[in-house]
Amino acid sequence: MLSYVTRRLAIAPVSLLLVSLAVFVILRVTGDPVQLYLDINSTPEVEAQLRAQLHLDQPVLLQFAHFLGDVARGDFGTSLQHSAPAMPLVLQRLRATLRLMALALMIALALGVVAGIVSAVYQDRSVDFLISAVAVAGQSMPSFWLGLLLIQVFALQLGWLPTSGQGSWRHMVLPAVTLASFLLPGFILITRTSVLENFNEPYVVTARSKGLRQSTVLFKHILPNALNPVLTFLGLQAGRLVGGSIITETIFAWPGVGRLMVSSIFQRDAPVVIAAVFLASIAIILANLIVDLLQSAVDPRIRLE
Amino acid sequence: MPRRLLGKRFKMMLGGCIVALTLVAALLAPYAATHDPDEQALLERLQPPVWHETGSAAHWLGTDNYGRDLFSRLIYGSRISILVGFASMLLSCFSGSLLGMIAGYRGGKVEQLIMRLADAHLAIPDILLAILIVAAIGGSAFNLILVLGISGWMVYARLTFGMTRALRERGFVEAAVSQGASDLYIISRHIFPQLLPVLVAVSTLQVAHVILQETALSFLGLGVPPPAATWGNMLAEGRDQLWVAPWIANLSGLTIVVVVSATNLLGNALREHLDPKPQAR
Repeated sequence: MLSYVTRRLAIAPVSLLLVSLAVFVILRVTGDPVQLYLDINSTPEVEAQLRAQLHLDQPVLLQFAHFLGDVARGDFGTSLQHSAPAMPLVLQRLRATLRLMALALMIALALGVVAGIVSAVYQDRSVDFLISAVAVAGQSMPSFWLGLLLIQVFALQLGWLPTSGQGSWRHMVLPAVTLASFLLPGFILITRTSVLENFNEPYVVTARSKGLRQSTVLFKHILPNALNPVLTFLGLQAGRLVGGSIITETIFAWPGVGRLMVSSIFQRDAPVVIAAVFLASIAIILANLIVDLLQSAVDPRIRLE
Repeated sequence: MPRRLLGKRFKMMLGGCIVALTLVAALLAPYAATHDPDEQALLERLQPPVWHETGSAAHWLGTDNYGRDLFSRLIYGSRISILVGFASMLLSCFSGSLLGMIAGYRGGKVEQLIMRLADAHLAIPDILLAILIVAAIGGSAFNLILVLGISGWMVYARLTFGMTRALRERGFVEAAVSQGASDLYIISRHIFPQLLPVLVAVSTLQVAHVILQETALSFLGLGVPPPAATWGNMLAEGRDQLWVAPWIANLSGLTIVVVVSATNLLGNALREHLDPKPQAR
């Protein structure tokens, strides 16, 4: 137990360190950071001051140490666009993003698990055929186009829902469905596979031979075992969810972290971009860690690996 | 994967044909295209495709907001998607398999280093890394290949690691060792050929994945910059014309779906073919 948990716990900081290193290298390799932080009208004095402030007059290793220190304190510098500390700006947008993600995740998880179970129970029947076809096709579907199709149908043609922005619950429907579509095919396929794998296990045969009803076998015996791979998958999907939310927020002008990140890239607002990337990375790493730990709590076999 | 959805042979044929057609279109773009993809004709802007009432055969998929021929832009756009898809797949396949084979063959500290690094990298979302790097150094085709190539190596490393570790115990490897063959010789002559079939299948699926990533970045404005035609930036331009000219977004979207599905179809068929163990029974 201890070794598995410690191993998992040890990976998280390594990942964070890698992210920091990547950001640091990108910042330093791609040109003078002073140029990134300053606008055109700056004077040499201001530049020199910033250079000292950013520790650019010191050896690279020391620079990295300072950078890590700043990161640890959540200090990513000042946004050029908004003249305010970068991290709080990003955090302000977090609520909108989390709301969207939570709704999308619920849709994808509920629909995906149900469809996956149905598909597995009716294996090789027409329902299974249909669900699997949708799932496989969905994996090749660029969700940003799906978002645009939804806008065309439900906003432009039918006029039922607004095209973009935030306000009532009606604004959330299309973005949430679009974001959910990033995850749905995966959830369907993994649930289907996982349920099918359990179907012929000895414990299921035993349960059946005891004369238990099909539904009891399914819900009491198979599901608790089959959902573990779904849980793993959930952790792996954290990155997809973040990537998907960046695209979804851009399509629907949803005022979240992803849209701030993209608009900041085009405004050359480096501190905000970096703060947003860091926040997202930390969230994903934590999500993976939590899923790993949850899993070892649910399934004792994992701890013994 | 549903077993009887489509026959393996049928999938391979259909997927392979579409992929081959796309490759030919990309290679022979100057001959396949009916117009110069960057030529603007403001008098002919936003013309609908030929099957529309107002469409004309001059631009059979219509034109965009600058009067550029959509069909020709889709053909030229395939060059970037195909190039980025294949080149970054090769990059991650080569680096990932090499590291995975070394880790699996050597074991010990080397294994710990490489595989823990892969675990750590796997936790970093590739789209974030790509956004960060492209934002910093710009979205040329070369940069995209580099970024998407680097962010895919772990998949191959983990795959080849497991297989190499199993192969290391086999008799033919031991025989080679006893004859004094060098590690490099054993890996390249005895281990790599065994991995090749699986790598081919996984790489094909990876190409589909990378093409989707590239179009997503391009859609966000972080791909190869305009005026170059890419499927992603055409879709993004189409988004601004959804009300007046929905065909711009829809034709680009459809192109992406067809090519990506065909690549996935081919990859899945290859996997079934090379690994006959039925999946998800």
